Amino acid sequence: MREISSYMIRDAVAQLCIEANCILPSDMRKRIEDARQNEPWDTAKGILDKIIENYNIADENNVPICQDTGVACVFMKIGQEVHISGGLSDAVNEGVRRGYKEGYLRKSVVADPLRRVNTGDNTPAMLYTELVPGDKIELTVAPKGFGSENMSRIAMLKPSDGIEGVKAFVLKTVEEAGPNPCPPIVVGVGIGGTFDKAAYLAKSALMRSVDERNPDPFYADLESELLQKINSLGIGPQGFGGRTTALAVNIEKMPTHIAGLPVAVNINCHVTRHKTVVI
Amino acid sequence: MEKRITLPLTREAAREIRSGDQLLLSGVIYTARDAAHKRLVELVEKGEKLPFDIENATIYYVGPTPAKPGSVIGSAGPTTSYRMDAYSPTLIREGETGMIGKGKRSPEVIEAMKKYGAVYFAAIGGAGALLSSCIKSAEIVAYEDLGAEAVRKLEVTDLPVVAVIDSFGNNLYESGRQEYLQTCS
Repeated sequence: MREISSYMIRDAVAQLCIEANCILPSDMRKRIEDARQNEPWDTAKGILDKIIENYNIADENNVPICQDTGVACVFMKIGQEVHISGGLSDAVNEGVRRGYKEGYLRKSVVADPLRRVNTGDNTPAMLYTELVPGDKIELTVAPKGFGSENMSRIAMLKPSDGIEGVKAFVLKTVEEAGPNPCPPIVVGVGIGGTFDKAAYLAKSALMRSVDERNPDPFYADLESELLQKINSLGIGPQGFGGRTTALAVNIEKMPTHIAGLPVAVNINCHVTRHKTVVI
Repeated sequence: MEKRITLPLTREAAREIRSGDQLLLSGVIYTARDAAHKRLVELVEKGEKLPFDIENATIYYVGPTPAKPGSVIGSAGPTTSYRMDAYSPTLIREGETGMIGKGKRSPEVIEAMKKYGAVYFAAIGGAGALLSSCIKSAEIVAYEDLGAEAVRKLEVTDLPVVAVIDSFGNNLYESGRQEYLQTCS
């Protein structure tokens, strides 16, 4: 049994909140810069140039890339051989509290969905824990903005809807979202499981690098096909027209019931942020 | 080419702007998001005075990040506009001539824009670090309790925006996409 102090987790979360919000990951930068090279539409080229300029400014000045510094989604893969001393969720929330204060990040969380009073410190985090083999903790912080989160959808399709039904639902979701989620977007798709698991898979898909395809060639092909189809819609950067509507489609899937075909689409904007450390 | 516009924007000046125009805005704008819009419209409905002059005003849908020491404001890009759709027709009727946000608007908002003469601009969503460099001063004028959502008076210089929907109802989100598809596919 390896002992890990909750203080270590707290400090790591605080640091990750700041870094994730101010530094766009290199896979996203390369995607955006490649898209700029391949974009045939002048308006779209201009927008992509400004997007590139923006993340460079954020990086140099250590300021948030986007003012929506999100709700802090915290993913922890906890080794079964680890014992955490101290309260885990308290440590994560204290990390968020410190990171959002020290990093001058926006506090965007209300304590109650209907009574809507801001908690003032961006807590609580959305904490996802998973037990895995080993004696380490893999900790990911992914600030999630709601311009794109609000454009996400879930459908309980029929098995007879099949792959064509899944494609149609993903395309409809992206088309209806149009300019709202700040395209170019990253599209996370979860297929299978239950109602809630499909949504979780879609969000997990957004944690995968945009350079990494699904290991199953069948789903890797589906990712490529959907990306090509989305980029034929013409929505373009910011919705002003153009080829670059999406930068990647990431699909995660799992077994499901004989009677169902759940599919969830979680959309992320061009500021797809996440940072991971292993403790 | 980008054209320079000095605010406040009169109804007549608003009528001159066309969907697709790339503009640089300078002058005073006010910030408000959902919570502030709700309060503003409640004041209008009660016949009470608004905390700033709405006549010819431009409202920027933004909740900035906190200013670092030595900075005027933090990152300050636009939020999605449709959440303000329930409130905008009232404010346009009261005198608002410009709205800055991103994303689609409802038919009711577009009708009010056509009727009274107002323009809907988009700033680049997700470019908060870049846009904040155009903001020269920021001062809270109402609803400080709302934190990032408080109403702020901003002085901006050359804030880059695109006129998406003009006072005739022309919409770049529709025309831009169509033109691209006709030309490039």
